[in-house]
Amino acid sequence: MRERPLSPHLQVYRWPLSMALSILHRASGVALSVGAIVLVWWLMAVAAGGDQYQRFVDCVGSPLGKLALFGWTLAMMFHLMSGIRHLLWDMGWGFERERSQATGWIVVIGTVVLTALVWLLARGGL
Amino acid sequence: MAAAGKRMLTPLKRVKGLGSARSGTRHFWIQRVTAIALVPLTLWLVWVILGLVGQDAFVARARLAEPVTGMLLVAYIAALFWHTQLGLQVVIEDYVHTRWMEVALQILVKFAAVAGAVLATLAVIRIALGN
Repeated sequence: MRERPLSPHLQVYRWPLSMALSILHRASGVALSVGAIVLVWWLMAVAAGGDQYQRFVDCVGSPLGKLALFGWTLAMMFHLMSGIRHLLWDMGWGFERERSQATGWIVVIGTVVLTALVWLLARGGL
Repeated sequence: MAAAGKRMLTPLKRVKGLGSARSGTRHFWIQRVTAIALVPLTLWLVWVILGLVGQDAFVARARLAEPVTGMLLVAYIAALFWHTQLGLQVVIEDYVHTRWMEVALQILVKFAAVAGAVLATLAVIRIALGN
């Protein structure tokens, strides 16, 4: 007989959507905390102007910088959507299985749509 | 039964309302209140940043120097760093079990959050005042 874990184990457990979203909410929050440093850098670069602003633009405009910004956009849109879902729960709304499943998928789709929208607008130069 | 349950707490404990964790619901509430503030502020900031893509330093500075923009930026910074450090606090509480390391990290996060908020606010003031 195949050896099986004795209790529900992460490797054999089919993740319910809400479980994955809950973990991602925390992970995206930590990622955004790091992103806050870039926000401070951005404001300081604008305040300093000239070369310092140019250095900031060169950094975030580089391929690696853009990749990081894309990641932070994704994390921000996810944390935003998922956070609203949490606020609705805090008001006691949406705990039913069907409803929480539906709002979970709205978060996933909304994240993709909002991130795509932001980057389409950014690439189009708005 | 209810009366017996109530007697488990002294009247003073009940009035203070701090519960078994001894810190009450303050953390929970501020996390939610800052979250509510951050929903519109974040969408607004994304909009502002999108308008600055491809613009030079002078345009960026002029846009952020507008009074309403400056005020909203300061509000965003305050809500963001407050919310951030509350979130990181819980993550550290949950995953760091070596006491001295946990305390050191908590203090580091608080200091970093205040430093970030102060530096960003000062930058906004410099932009607004034009120096």
